[in-house]
Amino acid sequence: MVSDTNPVKLEIQNLTIRYGGQAAISGVNLSIREHEIFGIIGPANAGKTSFLKAINRMDMFDSNMRVEGNILFNGQDVRKLRNIYALRSRIGVVFPLPVGLPMSVYDNVALSARLRGIKERAELDLIVERCLTRAALWDEVKDRLDTLGSLLSGGQQQRLTIARALSQEPELLMLDEFSIAVDPVTTMRIEDVLKELKSEMTIILVTNLVQQARRLADRTAFFLDGGCVEVAQTEALFTQQTRDPRTRDYVEGRFG
Amino acid sequence: MSRNHAFDQRNLDWYIDKAVQALVFIGGISAVIFIIGIFLFITKEGIGFLINTLDLQEFFGSPYWEPSDEDAPEYGILALLAGTASVTGLAMLIAIPFSLGTAIYIAEFATGKTREWLKILVELLAAIPSVVWGFIGLTIMNPLIIELFDVPVGLTVLNAGIILGLMAAPIMTSIAEDALKAVPDRYREAAEALGATRWQVVFKTVLPAAKNGLLGAVLLGVGRGFGETMAVLMATGHAVNIPGSVFDSVRALTATIAAELGETAVGSDHYQVLFTIGIFLFLITFLINLTADLIVRGIRNS
Repeated sequence: MVSDTNPVKLEIQNLTIRYGGQAAISGVNLSIREHEIFGIIGPANAGKTSFLKAINRMDMFDSNMRVEGNILFNGQDVRKLRNIYALRSRIGVVFPLPVGLPMSVYDNVALSARLRGIKERAELDLIVERCLTRAALWDEVKDRLDTLGSLLSGGQQQRLTIARALSQEPELLMLDEFSIAVDPVTTMRIEDVLKELKSEMTIILVTNLVQQARRLADRTAFFLDGGCVEVAQTEALFTQQTRDPRTRDYVEGRFG
Repeated sequence: MSRNHAFDQRNLDWYIDKAVQALVFIGGISAVIFIIGIFLFITKEGIGFLINTLDLQEFFGSPYWEPSDEDAPEYGILALLAGTASVTGLAMLIAIPFSLGTAIYIAEFATGKTREWLKILVELLAAIPSVVWGFIGLTIMNPLIIELFDVPVGLTVLNAGIILGLMAAPIMTSIAEDALKAVPDRYREAAEALGATRWQVVFKTVLPAAKNGLLGAVLLGVGRGFGETMAVLMATGHAVNIPGSVFDSVRALTATIAAELGETAVGSDHYQVLFTIGIFLFLITFLINLTADLIVRGIRNS
């Protein structure tokens, strides 16, 4: 359980995201503390992915996307940063669909380190092995690190994506429904890894598997129709009767 | 029973379908028929000479091209080949950086209106007739080169190379841009999410992923260079010569055919040797295009 005294890693103030005239997120306030796994659950179109995109400034890919409000990362507004590349290198992202870059497995995982300027082979080897091991992929690919990353199976590519995100040694790791393309056994292995990683980084876990949030998250937010209905300690969200009736309906599977 | 009979009838739709299929099939294979037809035609015109009279060693090894000498005509295409190769080579030196740069800018950096306008302009540039380019070489580049480099003639490898390079660049840009476009956006997003800058994304992710398509674009440019006739005829100076520098006049294979075919007697040795050059050109461009096509196809399959 994360104590309330942990410093705030990410402070979201009155966040609104619009695509054209349509609001995907409106007026969300919440804060995420260091070394917690922060779960976000909610049905499709609740604005979960847009929320993540705004944090590492992926909104720049989409000229339609308008972001208002404040997103304070370590106390600094990400929308006023002069070097967003430095921001992104501190934030690891795992997308819902796996993205094996069209280069070898080794190069996929070494890319981030190389971008940071690490050139020494031995050091890169170490990073690649550690990250692939943590992402539960090392045993399957250690004999074929030269294979194209895009030729791995879907589940393997997803773990490759996770290994790549870990290779950034991020302060914040954002996972967007990472288990969609992964089999249940591997999902459980990755979940165990995430629990260990918590001591090193802050994790935001967007998931549509309600039980996954319950297994992993310290606190969980329930998003619905672009608003954050409530944030609570995960166990409280799943057990107490005092919460918002919409949350109760969702976690008990009555809609969504 | 009778109901089944009524239903199993070849009705109008069935016949229309068959007719359309047949028409489309003819359209589809017509390209193959034409290319075989053209090849058979130029082979028929040139083959007799190729087998009976032509000394292949002279043809490829001799720099002397004097087909209209009545006593001892010489049929060496070495100088012509050197002319075509030097002009094409220089053109590629100019066109490759230009076209790749433009393609990368359009596909990766330009946004919105800039991008749309640039694409339209590049396509317009590709549609300029080659005789116009030749005219520019003749009337603008020629005096400019004489002036700038203080040389007696401006219709040289340099002139034709620049003209041909500018001519080939728009098409190469279009194809290179298609190749860059074919790289899925999720690669770019994934690389940017790692903290890569725009240039790092292009250099480390997009270019390697598109390399086959880019190579195909370059090869098609080379094919274009080999096959181009009019601009090269006007800008090279049309002098049979193995160039020692870019300030020498040369003559291209294609320009030779264009300039001389009208003045030869049908069936004469001179007429036939021009067709032999045609066969040679056909084979080269066919091979270049085939290679380019196989390379471009390679990316789609992998």
